[in-house]
Amino acid sequence: MELRLSKDATATKAAASYPLRWRSRSYAILGLALFFGVTVLVTSAIGSTHIPLDTLAGVFLSKLPFIHVEPAWTASVETIVFNIRLPRLLLAGLVGAALAVAGTTYQGLFRNPLADPYLIGVAQGAALGAVIGFLLPASWQSASVPLLAFAGALLAVAAVYLVARVGKTLPITVLILAGVALGAFLAAVTSYLMVASGDRLHGIISWLLGTFSLTNWWQVSVVTPYVILGIAIIWIYARPLNVMQLDEEQAQQLGVNVERVKLVLLVAATLMTAAAVCFCGIIGFVGIIIPHALRLIWGPDHRFLLPLATFGGASFLILADTAARTVLAPAEIPVGVITAFLGAPFFLYLLRQKKRAIF
Amino acid sequence: MLTLRLENISLGYGKRTVLRDINLEARPGELLGIIGPNGSGKSTLIRGITRLISLSSGQIFLNGQNMAAISRAKMAALVAVVPQNAALPEMFTAFEVVLMGRTPHLGLFQREGQKDLDIVKGAMEVTRTYALAGRRVGELSGGERQRLVMARALAQEPKVMLLDEPTAHLDINYQIETMDLVRRLCLEQRLIIITTLHDLNLAAQYCDRLVMLSKGGIHCHGTPRQVINARAIKEVYGAEVCVLPHPVNDLPATFVAPSITGSLSPGRDDPTIWRP
Repeated sequence: MELRLSKDATATKAAASYPLRWRSRSYAILGLALFFGVTVLVTSAIGSTHIPLDTLAGVFLSKLPFIHVEPAWTASVETIVFNIRLPRLLLAGLVGAALAVAGTTYQGLFRNPLADPYLIGVAQGAALGAVIGFLLPASWQSASVPLLAFAGALLAVAAVYLVARVGKTLPITVLILAGVALGAFLAAVTSYLMVASGDRLHGIISWLLGTFSLTNWWQVSVVTPYVILGIAIIWIYARPLNVMQLDEEQAQQLGVNVERVKLVLLVAATLMTAAAVCFCGIIGFVGIIIPHALRLIWGPDHRFLLPLATFGGASFLILADTAARTVLAPAEIPVGVITAFLGAPFFLYLLRQKKRAIF
Repeated sequence: MLTLRLENISLGYGKRTVLRDINLEARPGELLGIIGPNGSGKSTLIRGITRLISLSSGQIFLNGQNMAAISRAKMAALVAVVPQNAALPEMFTAFEVVLMGRTPHLGLFQREGQKDLDIVKGAMEVTRTYALAGRRVGELSGGERQRLVMARALAQEPKVMLLDEPTAHLDINYQIETMDLVRRLCLEQRLIIITTLHDLNLAAQYCDRLVMLSKGGIHCHGTPRQVINARAIKEVYGAEVCVLPHPVNDLPATFVAPSITGSLSPGRDDPTIWRP
């Protein structure tokens, strides 16, 4: 049979000639992972108290087991690094990774370049929950805002899902339309509550624009499992997600259990996004721009795109948050403003550079 | 011998039955064509065989095994489909799209190995698409995409290949190229091939056996000579045609015979018309 060429020596030795770019894409993942590490180290030195890099290295090394470093710094430096900057950086990294991966997933799942993590109601549900949280007694807010934001996000998506479901299938167009419609309704309720919120409006607006100014270790520990688990599940389903770029009918004819893949990916991406936004608010733009930028540079294969989005999104949001807390210091700019302000021009530049199909 | 047998199958969308009590058998090395007017259920039949639409009654057997008992992934390793005007993601390369044909042979945690890459290369060489391997799908022409989808189907290493209007929207040169390829796969790879066709002349030229569908049932069934004649076409399509033997190979060739012709229609003695 003509097709079975695997024993043919010429075919075997030509492995490198297959147009797959697997090696260069793997290096890109490694490169972005290293860049992420460097970003964490360098940005933890930046802030109102400047910490020299060698001091910083000492602070980090002293925390490692079996390494003894004579502390040449004050206890307050250690507090700034470990209790203020590091949790904030890590939460920004987790949220950036979650939003970029969820954005990649939704774009792939919906085969729509305009999809972002907030398309099917997560943002509007979280916003309404958070606003209700802000209206509760002030002493409850640190718990009520994230809890209600998380619950609101999940309830909104669950409602959209139930509306859009037809028998055993989930038509994507109906899902998006239901998401947009329910989102508009929830946004209306949120706006009404904001008008009635009086002196709490400032806190609400700052949450809606996204901010990491109140981050602590507890928040990092709550968000971490959702993000790690969500990203892991989505990575596993990267190849079926590739096949689904054909369309659902072809994917089914290639043996993909389309409805199961859709459900798993929706649940994973939604849970992760809900956990990401519940403490820091609705940070826009990361989920739409990072996936597109990476796709333009390294191609549409999700097996590479998803890891790239993880590290790219994390690094991008850490850098954006560093700008947010330093540019107008001691005042803070909402990080959502920075992501759009930095991200949009860069993305427009990429679009100009690569004049070809972007999706 | 390997056979695909449809026994009394009926299927449709929701409560609307499109096909009723279809009996059919397909064998390797014999090209089976499905013809019939728009809406007669040609595409529905293809979708029914791959369980995209579930059967309301009847059974399909592949080599004696009931297809309803085969998992979706296993079935994709046995039956490949070349859909009509398949949408392809523009940013993927041709090679990556054909590589997707290996999906039914790979587990969730498996990556394509050397064997898969070689099979894909072989499939692309058979369909003469390997020269396009590194190109983005968005840059390819309609004919190239059609061949690419056939390469992907071959990469599935199927026993059965189902094609839905493989020549739709193609220029005449691509129509011939595509049907030559289908014919070659049928003979050389000994695949069971069922193809729906719009064009009665292509159907007559390339298929060994034809099934003419009409109003959800089989109107007639047999060799092109038995199936394609002016009376059957009048009955099924409602069209006035005349069917003459093909000047080169005597297979039935269909000509439109409209009651109104253009005012410049030439007479019998026009020397620009070649006659055998």
